[in-house]
Amino acid sequence: MTFVRRAWAVVWKDVLAERRSKETVNAVLFFSVLLLFVFEFTLGADRDRLASVLPGLLWLGVLLAALLGLGRSFVLERENECWEALLLTPGDKSAVYVGKLAGNLLLMALVEAVVLTLFTLFMNVDVGRALPGLLLVLALGTLGIAAVGTLFGAMTAHVRARELLFPVLLLPVLVPVLLAIVKSTEALLAGEPLGVVSHWLKLLVAADVIYVVVGLLTFDVLLEG
Amino acid sequence: MTRWLGVVAMLGVLAGLVMAFLVAPREMTQGNVQRIMYVHVPAVWVAYLAFLVVLLGSVAYLWSRAPAADRTAHAAAEVGVVFLGVNIATGAIWGKPTWGTWWTWDARLTSVAVVFVIFIGYLLVRQMTDDPERGARFAAVVGIVGALNIPLVHFSVYWWRTLHQPPTFAKPGPAAASSAIGAALLVNFVGLLLLCAYFIAKRYDLLRAQQEATA
Amino acid sequence: MAGLTTSDALIQVTGLRKAFGTTLVLDGVDLSIRAGEAVGLLGPNGAGKTTLLKILATVARPTRGAARIAGHDCAREAERVRGLVGLVAHGTHLYDDLTALENLKFWRRFAGERPDPEALQGALAQVELDDCADVRVRTFSAGMKRRLSLARMLLARPRVLLLDEPFSSLDQGARKWLEQYLHAFTAGGGAILMATHAFGRELDVAERLVILANGRIIADTPRGTLGAEEIHRLYALHTEDAS
Repeated sequence: MTFVRRAWAVVWKDVLAERRSKETVNAVLFFSVLLLFVFEFTLGADRDRLASVLPGLLWLGVLLAALLGLGRSFVLERENECWEALLLTPGDKSAVYVGKLAGNLLLMALVEAVVLTLFTLFMNVDVGRALPGLLLVLALGTLGIAAVGTLFGAMTAHVRARELLFPVLLLPVLVPVLLAIVKSTEALLAGEPLGVVSHWLKLLVAADVIYVVVGLLTFDVLLEG
Repeated sequence: MTRWLGVVAMLGVLAGLVMAFLVAPREMTQGNVQRIMYVHVPAVWVAYLAFLVVLLGSVAYLWSRAPAADRTAHAAAEVGVVFLGVNIATGAIWGKPTWGTWWTWDARLTSVAVVFVIFIGYLLVRQMTDDPERGARFAAVVGIVGALNIPLVHFSVYWWRTLHQPPTFAKPGPAAASSAIGAALLVNFVGLLLLCAYFIAKRYDLLRAQQEATA
Repeated sequence: MAGLTTSDALIQVTGLRKAFGTTLVLDGVDLSIRAGEAVGLLGPNGAGKTTLLKILATVARPTRGAARIAGHDCAREAERVRGLVGLVAHGTHLYDDLTALENLKFWRRFAGERPDPEALQGALAQVELDDCADVRVRTFSAGMKRRLSLARMLLARPRVLLLDEPFSSLDQGARKWLEQYLHAFTAGGGAILMATHAFGRELDVAERLVILANGRIIADTPRGTLGAEEIHRLYALHTEDAS
């Protein structure tokens, strides 16, 4: 399975480089902690209001941190001028997409774990019984965010004002995924069973399938010079 | 060929205006301002058809790299954005005297606004990429993701607004029974569709002339 | 393609045109290079040398005309061509945070292979970097990075080398090393197209010189026949001719 070996090589390389430089992970984690403070300062005075917007805040935190991290998906390739070399090595280029997507999923899982923990500790969120459902929502939503984020990240690597264009492209496209995860989280934290949000879950699955398939099919077109 | 299309489009729009002002009934509580619906509602249907053209053109371009496919997608995206802009503007014009606000976050307006921004992004990508051929490829990818996203946007926004939350405003629109209203909507839809096709054709011609001047 | 003799062109360019938006960078280029030949590509800045190399390397697509490597079209059969071609250009294609050995390991794995540690060490030894195997590339000099890029190339075994200013920022020792490497490459049946705008000893590698100006080839002769002043004169002539 050379495709898997090649995608795995990309993940291995990114994890190795990130472990040594720690640039992206540090920035993203620090940013998440900062956000917690910002939310507390701006909304914390009224505990009831804070409690009602908590699902939205939780995902806003994850999203903003993800924006930071996903935008940097290809920064290694850009800084080290390796973009061309990825294109010029023979083989299915969507292996790069899969490898980068896997790396981004790891990054986002880390961010989510941190944000969720911080929120549970500092904002008094009782996750408890809702956890299994929440993890499912998290998994489906993260895949959608990362799938589009990786694809658009590859694109904006070559564009002027990439820090501006990346969120402008990504956020509107992610509206359905965002609505789905916020509404599902809201319901689950309120104690509703998983069945109540099944339509949202189906939407997430549909979105994930569409985004990943489009990513696999169109990625090599983005690599070309 | 484009000129004939323009003539037919003009006739269609005129017919639509006639239907909207003379044939369709006057709405009881809102008055004549409600007639703006005859532009507001078909505009969004026409825009979505234009985005379907963007999807097909983008896929065709990535498959064949034919400049004609890229030009078609580009032209259709621009015209689609314009028609969505018309929908949003007419919605605001209708909303202010009728319900007192320029904007509401109801399902239809919100989903139109999201799709509007997605395709503004499509146009931005082209503009901000230095190499036009690369910009065309990037735009094609955005076009495909954006167009496939439209049904997802619709459902998610609709569920967000209507479940767990009663609608804030009575949904604007005709009662299902009235045939004059339905006919007026249909005629306006056809008229706007022809106008859209004319604009796309014109824009396509302009793009081709631009590209051939530099070849 | 079976039975390619040394007289068949390994690199073949016919009627190549490339436009970036409104600018025409290549305007009808014809070039033919056989196996075992090393060709120096000269020309003033902006003449289109890098673009020509990029098209041959399949990084860019031509607007019109064709570029072929071993008979395979660079635009339509890009993947085949990529397996045959090695590009050494401005980008080092190396990850600074990884060691020399890790870089080689990554690129081999990404090419779909299970890298043999002995082969990797062997490649490093050939470029005289075997004692830096576990050193991060960030600390390497320009010459060392160039050598590591070539080690990466060695493992990929291309038949054609496309080089863009390969001698720039190399010290004496590294230059000598590169000259020997390139000689060995053509002796082994490979073809080389090397772009440069310097007139020094680099040109000794090439037995034939091709001059590109304003997107067209204005001279294609064996190296000995053109002196440096002659070349300068040709440049001046053709860049004034621009309008």
